[in-house]
Amino acid sequence: MLRSSRVLIATASILLGLVFMFPLWRIELQAPQYPEGLGLLIKVSDITGVKPHDLQNINGLNHYIGMKTIEPDSIPELRFMPVFVAVMIAAGLLVAATGNRVLLYLWVGVFLIGSVAGLVDFWLWSYDYGHNLDPTAAIKVPGMTYQPPLIGSKQLLNFVATSWPALGGLAAMVSVGIGSLVAIGEWRRARKGAEATG
Amino acid sequence: MIRTTKFAMGLAAGVVTLLVAGCGGGTPIGGNGDAASAVYVAPGEYDEFYFFTSGGFSGQLGVYGLPSGRLLKQVPIFSQWAENGWGYSEETKAMLETSYGFVPWGDSHHPELSQTDGVIDGRWLFINENNTPRIARIDLTTFETVEIIEIPNSAGNHASPFVTQNTEYTVAATRFSVPTPQADVPIDSYKENFSGMLSFVKVADNGRMNIAFQILVPGYNYDLSHSGKGPSHGWSFFTSYNSEQANTLLEVNASQNDKDYIAAVNWMRAEECVANGQGERWASNYVHNYFDDRHIAVSDMENGTTVITPATCSDMVYYLPTPKSPHGVDVDPSGLLIAAGGKLAAVIPVHSFTKMIQAIENEDFIGEVEGIPILRYESIIAGEVKNPGLGPLHTEFDGKGYAYTSAFISSEIVKWSLETFEVVDRIDAYYSIGHLSIPGGDTREPWGKWVIALNKTTKDRYLPTGPELAHSAQLIDISGDKMRLLLDFPTVGEPHYAQGLPASLIKDKQVRIYPLDENDHPLATKTEAEARVEREGRNVHVYMTTIRTHFVPDNIEGVQVGDSVFFHVTNLEQDWDVPHGFAITGANTSELLLMPGETRTIVWLPTRIGVYPFYCTDFCSALHQEMQGYVRVSPRGSSVPISFNTP
Repeated sequence: MLRSSRVLIATASILLGLVFMFPLWRIELQAPQYPEGLGLLIKVSDITGVKPHDLQNINGLNHYIGMKTIEPDSIPELRFMPVFVAVMIAAGLLVAATGNRVLLYLWVGVFLIGSVAGLVDFWLWSYDYGHNLDPTAAIKVPGMTYQPPLIGSKQLLNFVATSWPALGGLAAMVSVGIGSLVAIGEWRRARKGAEATG
Repeated sequence: MIRTTKFAMGLAAGVVTLLVAGCGGGTPIGGNGDAASAVYVAPGEYDEFYFFTSGGFSGQLGVYGLPSGRLLKQVPIFSQWAENGWGYSEETKAMLETSYGFVPWGDSHHPELSQTDGVIDGRWLFINENNTPRIARIDLTTFETVEIIEIPNSAGNHASPFVTQNTEYTVAATRFSVPTPQADVPIDSYKENFSGMLSFVKVADNGRMNIAFQILVPGYNYDLSHSGKGPSHGWSFFTSYNSEQANTLLEVNASQNDKDYIAAVNWMRAEECVANGQGERWASNYVHNYFDDRHIAVSDMENGTTVITPATCSDMVYYLPTPKSPHGVDVDPSGLLIAAGGKLAAVIPVHSFTKMIQAIENEDFIGEVEGIPILRYESIIAGEVKNPGLGPLHTEFDGKGYAYTSAFISSEIVKWSLETFEVVDRIDAYYSIGHLSIPGGDTREPWGKWVIALNKTTKDRYLPTGPELAHSAQLIDISGDKMRLLLDFPTVGEPHYAQGLPASLIKDKQVRIYPLDENDHPLATKTEAEARVEREGRNVHVYMTTIRTHFVPDNIEGVQVGDSVFFHVTNLEQDWDVPHGFAITGANTSELLLMPGETRTIVWLPTRIGVYPFYCTDFCSALHQEMQGYVRVSPRGSSVPISFNTP
């Protein structure tokens, strides 16, 4: 591995540390009677409101449409994700230290799979909340489901739900992006080297 | 009569002017500008100022926005307020306790905003109660009365609660002199037995009030007050009338002397005398009510005040002779001029603080009353404002070198110069103006944009509403050379006085919810799982929660005729502007309004068997109408056990 590649991988690993400091995703809810807005922050190990009581208030409103209560303690991903991220940081630093290409490919591969799995899991989670509604709910609108979008805005009854990656999520994307580019670069260089010597 | 006619014609001309301007929509006549746009606050936008008006005989406080004149809130203080349970709920009843027992009504008079360095600081608002002497403190983050202290050895607490420049003290004084301490004496022994009392109430850093000392003074009627500022900091001024000491038909008998007095009190000197032990400890009983840190009102029966007299503490009180039953006493922003509203006088006398100090040093006295030296009028006067209108009452200042005095009889505001003491402008008030208010107009730094006339007579200003009419306020622009009337707006009760402050001082400090995890109410129910009903003898305690859109419990059985049912209701909401209400059939108390995170208790005395509904009274959500429950009431001695449902 080039010295510059190793520096980039070390940078990407450290960048990934931002995931522990900033939320991954942000879901904003706007409605006429909520000019101040409500919002959820999806963090690596927790789900919280944007403001102190937002989560409780969103849960309170969701009970009208029969949505399950969002209870961070009962979501296993929030226990698994921080371990995965910590391992990825450590492994990334190991790749940078050893300069081993095979380790690099492995690291990038696991990182990519983990990221995609995370997004799919997030989508499935929000699908479940938005679709599996209590049949005794007070407000039932035929054909209406309440899954917020992964990215972008969607009208859900009186609320406009807007979902975007937050700083932690963006850091993870940049990190996996750097890793992938470095891996591609190293792979090309290795192939050229092999052709030259072959 | 000629004067009246002229005014009437002026008024008629004014109306015509407005009509023409209104129809034409063009350039207003007489340089009046566009009054409508000057007071227009677009939907969704905020007023620039909060304006606090005394509720007078309502006992409460009105809160308005300026310049729109929109009513934002009424704050219950001295009168029970069934609308939210103030004075009915178990947690607030104690606020209306006095040494006379529970007093359900009061007469609020003068809102006074707290100050730091002579400038309004937005911490608290104080307001006096005239009838059963008291002072209340309102927290400006919750707009809630948090403390009421009774003033003993006083009667008619009118010259109150004006603060010193750092809110070291708020004051109280006797408008109706009485035997002090109270005694069973003939009323016509007034001259021998009746006294006044000037009380200084210390305000702690956290706002808590306590009566520091009281000054026993001759039995006149102490009417209004203001404290010195800047160079005159350390002094307080109280007007008095009835130096004749009449005890009957005061309208004639108390209007005979050419001059009455302003009492100038050196309160720093009073502090020294108290510290030197020159005070006398009186066994004065009074009640002090306040919210404790659990947000529950408690009453302390206090005993004893320190009373000092001018005779035993020299250099403390001086009398400034002032023409004809002075009403207001107002200190200009420099702290050097003291204007008096001699309500029957032909001039506005303006005393000079500097000259007053000189006269005291020169012992330029013309007499003495009960140890109080009387200064020579001619030696202390800075100037007299001639032709100030009839019945001058109160003066406020714009911070730009002008004073504005209300004239009750001629129904006008008179603007005069603090340099020349000449009248420079006048404007009619509709009708019979009492107090007037410029935001910050009694402080070192007024916001001299508007003066608000607080009128005593309304007559034809609004659509008529039977014999009882709302009082009327008028917003008048004072930003230019000429005053111009912008807006009439009706007010609640009788706003004797009012004060305003820029919204930016307190707007962002407003409490939106009470955090449930800081709710220390011993009877709070913080989760639905803890909701329950318990019988203790003839008392049934219901520990109830509210959240959109249900009560827990909502079916209660086992209550019997003759029980006292205590509903301890906790609003579990932690969302902005989601109060819930609680009301039950036949309650002889009131409803409850519960702010998010708050616990309040109301007592219900079921008198008949049956099943009685209770419900939420504050439209809370789409399913508000479903927010209800039932209590089953069985005959006394019934075997139906206490039962209730939880989720």
